[in-house]
Amino acid sequence: MGKKGRFEEFGGQYVPETLMNALCELECAYEECKGDETFQAELRALYQNYAGRPSLLYYAEKLTTLCGGAKIYLKREDLNHTGSHKINNVLGQALLAKKMGKKRLIAETGAGQHGVATATAAALFGFECEIFMGIEDMERQALNVYRMELLGAKVTGVASGTGTLKDAVNEAFRQWVASVEDTYYLLGSVMGPHPYPTIVRDFQKIIGEETKSRHYELEGKLPDCIIACVGGGSNAMGIFYDFISEKNVRLVGAEAAGKGVDTELHAATITKGTPGIFHGMKSYFLQDEQGQIMPVYSLSAGLDYPGIGPEHAALYSTARAEYLPVTDEEAVCAFEVLSKTEGIIPAIESAHALSAAFKIAGEMSANQSIVVCLSGRGDKDVYQIARYRGVNLHE
Amino acid sequence: MNRIEMLFEKIKNKGEKALITFITAGDPDLDTTERLVYAMEEAGADIIELGVPFSDPVAEGPIIQAASGRGLQSGTKLSDIFMLVARLRCRTQMPLLLMMYLNSIFRFGPEKFFEECSKNGIDGVIVPDMPFEEKDEIAVFAEKYNVLLIDLVAPTSKKRIKMIASQSRGFLYCVSSLGVTGQRSSFSTDFKCFFEEIDRHSNVPTAIGFGISTAEQVKELRGYATALIVGSAIVKIVEAYGKDSVMEVKRFVRELKAALNEK
Repeated sequence: MGKKGRFEEFGGQYVPETLMNALCELECAYEECKGDETFQAELRALYQNYAGRPSLLYYAEKLTTLCGGAKIYLKREDLNHTGSHKINNVLGQALLAKKMGKKRLIAETGAGQHGVATATAAALFGFECEIFMGIEDMERQALNVYRMELLGAKVTGVASGTGTLKDAVNEAFRQWVASVEDTYYLLGSVMGPHPYPTIVRDFQKIIGEETKSRHYELEGKLPDCIIACVGGGSNAMGIFYDFISEKNVRLVGAEAAGKGVDTELHAATITKGTPGIFHGMKSYFLQDEQGQIMPVYSLSAGLDYPGIGPEHAALYSTARAEYLPVTDEEAVCAFEVLSKTEGIIPAIESAHALSAAFKIAGEMSANQSIVVCLSGRGDKDVYQIARYRGVNLHE
Repeated sequence: MNRIEMLFEKIKNKGEKALITFITAGDPDLDTTERLVYAMEEAGADIIELGVPFSDPVAEGPIIQAASGRGLQSGTKLSDIFMLVARLRCRTQMPLLLMMYLNSIFRFGPEKFFEECSKNGIDGVIVPDMPFEEKDEIAVFAEKYNVLLIDLVAPTSKKRIKMIASQSRGFLYCVSSLGVTGQRSSFSTDFKCFFEEIDRHSNVPTAIGFGISTAEQVKELRGYATALIVGSAIVKIVEAYGKDSVMEVKRFVRELKAALNEK
């Protein structure tokens, strides 16, 4: 990192002046907590006693046999409390918000996983909580909306734009500008203005650290390849981070290709995007030649985002990581395969990473291994997958 | 000297205050925008800000968001706006600014953008998602082509006011209160305190914007700054009357200007 908050030329702090002091305060508070043993011990205790860490590194033997090739391990973030990796970041930031004396949490959510995790932490810590969610996503993920309300959060629908994650982020920013003095914006991914990409990555890097040490115990070596799905990119950044300096470990991000990258219906930011400045950061975005942010599409509400975190943009531009497009159809197939072979129903987001792993495993040898970040569980997606397959579920 | 600096020099000599008005370019079409500019100038606007439509205007409230959407709907591109400005320059020498998001400049190419500004007659640019610290990468080109980058300060800027105000050019855009653009029924900012700090450090005239929508508010705030900025309230008239909004906007701007310099 060169200039403050930069990953190569990506990142930065492109926000209205009204928010600058809040970001500076956040950075200071975070730097203090980062080095504070009490804070770190509290967080470790929450991870262990509340979130259920460490999460398992599971050898998917039947899946390995089916794919033929490298051993496939699953990093079971789906087993965390609230059902995804999102809780790692949320507990860290909620603890930070508490130390900063904030009274209220706001957050954006796409699939609802981050919203649920934030509402959970708000309940646990006693914060007021408001979640912004696109109306399109509220329909796709109605169960998560109810779940957040059950946890005591207010869910505010966002109708502007495409009514998805991007618009939820816009609205959360607007709300934050209006209430910055007592409100903490708990951003859910490794994106947005500095210091968020760094903070979120630091709270997620435990995924990679656990993976590394457990893989050593099981295999006596590093894995050969790490695969994770990428929307904003927090579970991917979390599992990649500890391996970036291990040059022999191949890092692969799976991005949402929707109906295909040659159609207009996809969210494949790296494959089809160009550098731009939006949502507080310089990174890659799906945009037209005028710089208007384009509507994106994915069956997966959690990957339905026109940008990607700046550290991923840097990993891509320096060729340290590669990013592969995975279509809705491929992801749904992977969703079904894992359910049937291993008895694990993955989140549709994580199924994108699984699909990429199926392809890559076959090209590798049996003495090599792949770790797939199984970022979330798929209960939330069952209804939608049924609909995708033309099955009509009744209450 | 840039047209903005000349305008403020003139205002100062006359002991008056300046009115800055905002409309979104291409809302509902560029022909209406052109007529609105002339009408606002005739009604007493001293500086006009033209908003460049953007898909995701995160600093705007619902009124300007909708205007931005209408601008995109009418197919308004940055190059069309430059052509409009060139046409405007045949008839007016009033200072013209663009209000736009950084990505539009970045995609157009920063050097080419400021060259076009200078060639067509844009005097200044306001970029709400570009704080002081991120100015450098475009400031070099703005300077090269003598286009002013207008800095903003907000009630939350606190210690940052000194850093920003002491280096500003043209005028300093003082954000009236927290939140996005749009009408407010009242202000809770302690303006006396806010402007004491600003005036201590600022070498350029100040302008208050965000939420000013009535002649009464103009009277309430005019004592604090050299200029007042009115946006959403005008855009709302454009929203209501569309292509037929010219007379209504003119009447409203005249009312604001009268309130601004009323003895």
